This record gives sequence, C-alpha cells and structure tokens, in this order.
Amino acid sequence: MTINRRQFIKANAVAAAAAVAGVTIPATASNLITSSDITKLKWDKAACRFCGTGCSVNVGVMDGKVVATHGDIKSPVNKGLSCVKGYFLSKIMYGKDRLTTPLLRMTNGKYDKEGEFTPVSWDKAFDIMAEKAKAALKKDGPKAVGMFGSGQWTVQEGYAALKLMKAGFRTNNIDPNARHCMASAVGGFMRTFGIDEPMGCYDDLEAADAFVLWGSNMAEMHPILWTRLTDRRLSAPHVKVAVLSTFEHRSFDLADNGMIFTPQTDLAILNYIAHYIIETGRVNKDFVNKHTNFRLGETDIGYGLRPEHPLEQKAKNNGKTAGSSTPIDFDEYAKFVSTYTLEYTSKLSGVPEHKLEALAELYADPKIKVTSFWTMGFNQHTRGVWANNLVYNIHLLTGKISTPGNSPFSLTGQPSACGTAREVGTFSHRLPADMVVSNPKHRAIAEKIWDLPEGTIPATPGYHAVLQNRMLKDGKLNFYWVQCNNNMQAAANINEEAYPGYRNPKNFIVVSDPYPTVTAQAADLILPTAMWVEKEGVYGNAERRTQSWYQMVEAPKGAKSDLWQLVEFSKRFKVEDVWSEELIAKKPSVRGKTLFDVLYKTASLEKFALDEIPEDRLNDESRDFGFYIQKGLFEEYASFGRGHAHDLAPYDRYHQERGLRWPVVNGKETKWRFKEGSDPYVKPGSGWDFYGKKDGRAIIFALPYEPAAESPDEEYDLWLSTGRVLEHWHSGSMTQRVPELYKAMPDALVYMHPDDAKARNMRRGDLVKLISRRGEVQTRVETRGRNKPPRGLVFMPWFDASRLVNKVTLDATDPLSKETDYKKCAIKIVKV
Amino acid sequence: MKNLNLASITGLTVLVLALLFSSFIASAADKSEINTLATLRDHTEITEQKEPVRIPNVVNKDIKQKRNYPMQPPVIPHTTRSYEVNMNNNKCLSCHSRQRTEESQAPMVSVTHFMNRDGNFLAEISPRRYFCNQCHVTQVDAEPLVENTFTDMHSLMKKKVTSAEND
Repeated sequence: MTINRRQFIKANAVAAAAAVAGVTIPATASNLITSSDITKLKWDKAACRFCGTGCSVNVGVMDGKVVATHGDIKSPVNKGLSCVKGYFLSKIMYGKDRLTTPLLRMTNGKYDKEGEFTPVSWDKAFDIMAEKAKAALKKDGPKAVGMFGSGQWTVQEGYAALKLMKAGFRTNNIDPNARHCMASAVGGFMRTFGIDEPMGCYDDLEAADAFVLWGSNMAEMHPILWTRLTDRRLSAPHVKVAVLSTFEHRSFDLADNGMIFTPQTDLAILNYIAHYIIETGRVNKDFVNKHTNFRLGETDIGYGLRPEHPLEQKAKNNGKTAGSSTPIDFDEYAKFVSTYTLEYTSKLSGVPEHKLEALAELYADPKIKVTSFWTMGFNQHTRGVWANNLVYNIHLLTGKISTPGNSPFSLTGQPSACGTAREVGTFSHRLPADMVVSNPKHRAIAEKIWDLPEGTIPATPGYHAVLQNRMLKDGKLNFYWVQCNNNMQAAANINEEAYPGYRNPKNFIVVSDPYPTVTAQAADLILPTAMWVEKEGVYGNAERRTQSWYQMVEAPKGAKSDLWQLVEFSKRFKVEDVWSEELIAKKPSVRGKTLFDVLYKTASLEKFALDEIPEDRLNDESRDFGFYIQKGLFEEYASFGRGHAHDLAPYDRYHQERGLRWPVVNGKETKWRFKEGSDPYVKPGSGWDFYGKKDGRAIIFALPYEPAAESPDEEYDLWLSTGRVLEHWHSGSMTQRVPELYKAMPDALVYMHPDDAKARNMRRGDLVKLISRRGEVQTRVETRGRNKPPRGLVFMPWFDASRLVNKVTLDATDPLSKETDYKKCAIKIVKV
Repeated sequence: MKNLNLASITGLTVLVLALLFSSFIASAADKSEINTLATLRDHTEITEQKEPVRIPNVVNKDIKQKRNYPMQPPVIPHTTRSYEVNMNNNKCLSCHSRQRTEESQAPMVSVTHFMNRDGNFLAEISPRRYFCNQCHVTQVDAEPLVENTFTDMHSLMKKKVTSAEND
C-alpha cells in the first residue's frame, strides 16, 4: 500500500464534491449511518471467559451476533479495562470450525473404536453413550465410570455434573481441570485455616505498601490485576515490588527486587524469612499467642507417581500419613527454621544475600503492609501444599493478614476455579461448601438437600485428574466424559498416560467441546458444545466474587451447552439402571423414575418457573426443560453454604450486580474474612477469628525443603518449565482462532539463555528437539524476547496444539493435593 | 516369447497388486484425514508432529489495520524489538505521548488512557495504562490457521440500509 493521505482524499473526491454541492445522495452512498434504529447495539454484562481475575465485560450484540466487547466501567474489578484477550472475546465464538453435530467413530454404520468420525444425531449419540455407561456400570460398578470437568464450567454446570456423578451414578470419579491449577492452594487453605479461599480481596491492591510475587507472572497471566498493581506502584512511590521466579519474565519490568532462584528452593526461602522474622525479634507475639497453633508436618512424602516408581519405593511416608502433623511449640518451631540461615539459603537458592534480606524485611517491618501473590509457581509444585502453608506462616508470624493491604493472596487460574471447582466441590473428594465425601455428616447433609436416601453418595474419594489418566491406561475406568477442557494437551506425560488411556480399546471416551481440539481428536464420541454467552451462567473469581450473565446469542444450530448435555443425558437412565435394589428400597418412590426426575426435575428446582425469566431473554435450556433450571440449580446449591460462612445472595440479585464477594450476609458482601468488623462470622471481641478451625486458630507449620522429583543430571542437563502466555487462554482452543491473537503469538518457542544455545551450537530460530525420559517435542529456539531464563533452565509454553510440550513433562504430583508439577522436569535439547 | 508372456503376466500381477494396495492406501488416507480433526494440528496424529515452521517476522510496515469494532485496541503495525517498557522508561511514549505526536506523527494514545479508576482525567497518562503490551500487540507475517467468521457491525448496518432502500 503506497497511497498517501492526499491521494486517498482525491480518490474519494466524487463523494466529497456531491456532498459539497448539496446533492442528495442515497444513504448507501453516504459514509456515515446515523439512523439510531440501525446503529443501536444491545449491551449486556458478562464475566470474561478467560482467567481467574474475573473482569466484567460489556458485550455488544447486533442481529444475533456478538459484534463488540470491552471492559465494564461499572465493575470494581477492572473499571473499564480489558486485556488483549478480553478485547477479542467478541471473536472467540466465531472460528469457522465450530462443531455443529455429534461425531462418532464408526465403521459400516456401527460404533468402532478404530472407525472414522461420522456425523450422528444427538439421539444416536446419547444412545451409544448410555449403552457404554450402562455396560461399564454393569461390569465393574460405579468405579468404572468417570468425568473430567472444569474450572470453566458455569457454577450450574458443575453442580449438575456433581449431582449426576456422585448421586446419579454413585461414583466420586469426577474431577475438574482445576486439579492442575488450584488443588495445592485448596490444600494449603484447608490445612492452615480449615476453610478454602482467600481472606483478602482485590482492594488490597490499592492498600499495600509492598507486593511480593511468588511464582506468579501477573503481567501476563492476570493482566488486569497487574494494571492495578502497576497503578499502585507508580502512583505511590514508596511502594515496593519483589518478584521471585525461576526465570525472568515480564513481571520483572516493575520489580524493585527481582530474584531468580533455583527450582524448588522457594521452600527454603520461605523458611529463611520466618527465621529472619524470629531472629530480628519482629514476631507479632500478641497475634501469634491468641490466634495460632504450631505443628510439625510429616516429611519424605513422595512425589505422587505410580507406586512402582523408584521414587515412591524410596519415600518413607507416602501413604495415608503424608498429610499428618504433630503439635509443637513456638521454640521448637523457631529451632526448626533456624537451619535456614541467610548463608545456607542464599547458597541453595542462588539468590544473593542482600536480595533475600531486603525481601525478608518487607515482611518483618511492622510498618509495611505486604501482599503476597502466587499462582502456578507455588501450586504446580510437588510440595505445593507446603509452599502455601509456608507463605501463610510468615503472614501469621507478623499478624499481617485479613486487614487492607496485608494479604497472603492465592490467585486462581480459571474464571470459575473458585466458583465451580472449589465452591461447588467438583473434586473427587469434595461436596459443596468445603464438605468432603469421606465425612458421613457431610454426606448426610448433601443427601438431605438432594432428597435422596441415606448411603447414596459413596464414602471413598474417587480418581483425581492424574489418576483418571492412569486408570484409563490400566483399563479400570471405562466410560469417561470430558467437558470444557483440553486435557490431551494439558495433562503432563500424555505420551505414557493420557494418550494410551484414551485409545485403550476397553474405554469409551466422550469429549464435549465447541471446537475440534486435540482431546476431541483422541475421543470416540465428540459432542458439539455451546459456549460463554450462548448460555446463561455464573462464575466465581479469585476474590470470592460471584458473577452471573444471561444468554445473549443463539449457539450455532446443533451445538448444545454442557448443562443441557448433562441433564438431557440423565433422562437415559432409570434409577434401577444405576442404583442397587437395597438403596432403592430405602426410598421406593424413586422406583421407575429416571435420573432426570430424581436429580433435576425435582420440587426444589422445578419451583422456579419459566415466567421468572424476562421475556426478552434467551434461555435455551430452561425453555427446553420447562423450568428456570439455572436458577433452580443455583438456589439449591446455595442452600449448602447459607448460614455456614459461604452465603450467597439470592440468584436474581447477581443479574443486577457486577458480582458480590461471599459470604453475603444481610445483603452485604464481605471484603476481609476472619477480621472483626469486616467479617460477620467473627466472634465479637476476638479481633481475628480463624473459624475454619474449631479453636479459631490458624496453624503455623514446620515443613522443610525437600528436593524436586526430577532434577537435571549429566544426560538430561536442563530444567524445563512450562506455562501460559498473555495472548492465549490455556490450550489456545479459543484464542488461536482469533487471527489477531494468533498473529501476536502464533507458535510456542523454547526460551533459552543465549549462552546455553551457544554451548549447544544453536542460534535463534534453529529447529530443535526437547527430549525427556518420556517423550520429545520439536520447536524453534528463542534467545530473546519476553522471557529470559538463567543458564540451565528453559521455558516452553503449552498453548500450541501443534507442539505438545506435555509429551515431555513428568506427571509427578504433590502427594497431598494431587496437583502436577509442570514447572520442573529434566530434559536435553538437541538440534534436528 | 514364453519369457515375454511370463514377464507380462508378472507385470500385470504387480499392476493389479499395486492398484489394490493404492486403493487400500487411499481409504486409509481418507480415514486418517477425517480422524485427525484437530484443526490447529493440521491433520497430524497426536503421536506425530509436523516440522515446526520458521519463526515468522513481525510486520513492520507502519500501515494501520482496521479495527474489528470501535473499542478494540489497535494492533501495533511496527516492530517493537528492544523497546524498553519498565519502571524507568517507556519507549512507546517517546512517539505516542501527547507531547511527541507532532514530531513523530504517530497516533496519540487514546484519551481514555488519561482516566484513573474512577473515570477522572489526570494531567498525564494513568499508570494503570503504563504497560502498553497488555492490550497492544504486534502482528507477525503468518496466515491464521483457522478462518474467523466474526461479523463487522458495519456490514450488518449496511445490509439493513440497503434492504430498507430496496423495500
């Protein structure tokens, strides 16, 4: 294009001349449409589809299409901003390859595991699904069926799935992909506080004097929170920012104290800070005496690998006692952390002594209000629960907690990892409102709310995410349904576990997705799925904010929401197909009924009639099932937490608000939990009350540094860390279909130190192979750009479906949280 | 003669076998083509990998791109290699700040960038907008893997204007 401005005007001179001469030109020729009935957009609010920040966005609709999206000025989270992904939300639903019909692998008109993907009707799809599920149940019972869900499910979808699996099929084999991102955070909260989710809120961002980022690249992964942190740092010059990571990334652009540490030594640094606080006499004794207990945790707990793995054979305490602990006193704790001296910690971690001291001082100085943020660096860690416990230690020792700006803040990865995965409890061991299946009282509460006989919910936790892939491979999990995630790209060690598991001839794999993903390609049946504002839903973000949206557009014809799929599928089962005669005998009225009748078309849900939906609103599921199902599911689910410190507002209110932070008591949201004056559940006169524990005291844990599952050696001489990027959401199944985002970040490269490249005779752009003991992946070398790893470590993101880095990673998990460590394994890199 | 016959029979057999084999290959190829449906993998089995393409170049032509809708942050039409945007320096603003646009002839950052969280205008760009790369991205010279059928609101309006006039 060489045309300049003057030439451009000349070329348009005819239209201009006509206008000047006062000639009436037809509207089609005019260059501005002004008629308001044509230019009007229908605007509505929705929660962003992507990360756990939970921005509210305004969605503009014209003629049944989303045509624009921008940050919602009324939302306290983002106040009018969006990140680049958020701005392109308007295009995520319009990839040309949207799925619009179920696809079943068939040969000569019949299902065949080795057959060809063939379009079938929804009816036929449910027929074969029901047949396979019933066969698996009949052969091996509820343990042979399972589901893998998502922190991107709406609250209602997660709740409907939980009911179908735990009560309908009577299996606890349901887990969300949030296992990969938040399980260690949950483990940390439950162990230290006895109740899940952050005590603080985003208001801490405008109140803190110092921020410490522990394994969190907020600049890319929580961009809007990063804008608030940047705003605070740059507009209040006394504010300090410390950033810790195993490689330099964009968040270091704002770091006053940037620290690169050797992988896994964050455990030692955390203990050093505790030691420094004690050594310099800055323990908040009054707080510690009144509000904490000390305990010594079990050690040498293994790495969550298969039992026959040499590391598990070697570990002493990787059995049921891995999470146990014994009471100790302050002096014993002080002695425990005293081995983490400045000199030892600096040597172990590679962080210079003066930097460690400056970091510790931010916590120790009683005048500095400090907020710690962490995400996958802590959580995807074979000692992830420990890392969470250890950061709470330093906030508890100093009493810097639950007050504005003093906040240990676990950031969440997915838009509803908190709302759907954690609060609804779609984990293999959980029930809503922090309850667990292993507790008979909790099961009884759920059975009562669900109006089901005693003993419906099985007492033993089911297969968690990583175990599901192992059980698929071993042929023990035979009917498997994946919704709203892309685990064939996301799971670690797909070469040895997930892929052989999905393709095991004993198994029938169903994948629901809007697009043909890598996971869909590995499936036997693919279900085309409606997404985001093609359905009504609720998400819950990282600061306990619950947000709802209405359906705004129709899904492509043939695509159906996860909620519709779950509920419609339930009609295929008579109670007799799935429950034992003994259980049915406890409640004979269910005899002859379908799971739809027993789980969804119940008095508790059906009482919310269609006329409660505003007439001008779309709602495909409700109008199909005959009642306001999203409201029914939400209200029934909310009854679990109301009065138990998990209170949610009435459903309708969420349609009016830009979200509310639970517990919502007497119509008022809660900003800081556990603090008198801001949390209505705190006992008057107590100051702080960690009411998740019976005695109201949080626990300070003595836990050591233990090495990573796999470290570089002579042959596999590099650390590999994986992670996300700003421009893509997770596996890229939505954002890689937006041309602008694709062109901003098309391919996953391996980021290397230039000297590491040089030592291997490599240059930027060279084609290389990353090889581990498990598999290999090819990509190209990047020696400059946004990530700058130290020597000995490389980083490769996992958004790229054509370069599957998870063929290389190790499926070692935290034995307590069962969450995979995606940040550490040993590889070598060779030129192709 | 005998030899020739034999040879031609052998030849025929080979030909028939080859035809049979190729038809088998063809149907296997169709099946594999259909079953490798993950668009972003360009018809590749999960156990395989195509050779990764070269690192594409950043488009550096300074030609503005049309926005998909008015509020979309414009993409950057030039390379930003070694642009520092950190605590001490913001290289982007050396051309795009209000004071520099006369000299640089670069577009001025939007007025919205002067607003703080409460929507009030500051005398300078709000620090919440400091990191330009949170919203503005460069584009590489690569063809998208999947077409996007997003509809521009303008084309919808044009259609309505046209149909109104034809009525």
